[in-house]
Amino acid sequence: MKVVKIIAWIALIAFVVIQFFPVDYNQSEMVPQTDFMLVNKVPATVEQSLRASCYDCHSNNTNYPWYSKIQPSAWYLEHHIKEGKAELNFNEWDDLSDRRKTSKLRSIISQIKDGEMPLDSYTLIHRDAVLSEKNKTIVLDYMITLKDSLE
Amino acid sequence: MKTIKLRMSTMALAATMILTVSCKDGNKNEPAAPMSNEMHQETMNDKEDMAMDKNQDTKAEVVLKDYFNLKDALVNDDNSKAKELGNTLAQSLKSFDASSYADSEQNELKDIIEDATEHAEHIGESDIAHQREHFKTLSKDMTDMVAITGTSMIIYEQYCPMYDNNKGGAWLSMNEEIRNPYFGAQMLKCGKVQREIN
Repeated sequence: MKVVKIIAWIALIAFVVIQFFPVDYNQSEMVPQTDFMLVNKVPATVEQSLRASCYDCHSNNTNYPWYSKIQPSAWYLEHHIKEGKAELNFNEWDDLSDRRKTSKLRSIISQIKDGEMPLDSYTLIHRDAVLSEKNKTIVLDYMITLKDSLE
Repeated sequence: MKTIKLRMSTMALAATMILTVSCKDGNKNEPAAPMSNEMHQETMNDKEDMAMDKNQDTKAEVVLKDYFNLKDALVNDDNSKAKELGNTLAQSLKSFDASSYADSEQNELKDIIEDATEHAEHIGESDIAHQREHFKTLSKDMTDMVAITGTSMIIYEQYCPMYDNNKGGAWLSMNEEIRNPYFGAQMLKCGKVQREIN
């Protein structure tokens, strides 16, 4: 019984201590001219889907959930967002050459098709980020058309 | 006495926690990999001093050689070998130095290299179907690279019309004889020579 108590105390103290570690929040008011939505004619359904399912980790502005204020989930999110932006940042879309755009679109199409994106760990809590079969097809069709127009 | 013990062990644990956290941050930098990269680049520069004229070819040829090895692994349906060779190619692409080319060529080359590196890295961690998808774009990158760098080798551009749901896929080879990297043993000899590059 005593051991349980000690462990509980340690856990509590550790939990309090880690709350003081700083987090780099991914937030920006400004949308650059190179944004995917600004340089492409994106249909409303596709835009909504991309904003709900992709932009939190693949742009300069994350719509943070309440638990992002609490460690250790804040670290977890920070890590995910950094990785996501390094791989693809929709805000900086037009900085890419046609060659790079084609490659990124190829990856986008393949990952959405295979259900690898959006990540399960993300949609687990963000239920609104789940792509319905209908929206998935609409997004895929749009991305395929865009890719073909570049090739 | 007991309370002191308890407090001390709590503090020790808290300290361990903090240490673990800072260690995690330290690892992020991964100093080993980029350093070996730099060293590689240095040896490349040495070569440059020795043979300025031939150097442009040799740099591209290191990349091409790794690409051909990767292609052979795909011909042999060897997923794990292709992973390994994809990573090797990614490394030689990263140490490719375009600075000796004209400005306009440099930008194009850097773009090609960046794109090819990404595909090579993905080949380093994918199943064979994905490897072949990436190999298709990678082959286009390599063809565009050779168009700029030139090569002393005789290279054949080959093409299989059936790959990618009959959209087709091209690749480069040093042998005129067809060995299909997109289908492997399933359709080893499907394809034709499109042109000879030299």
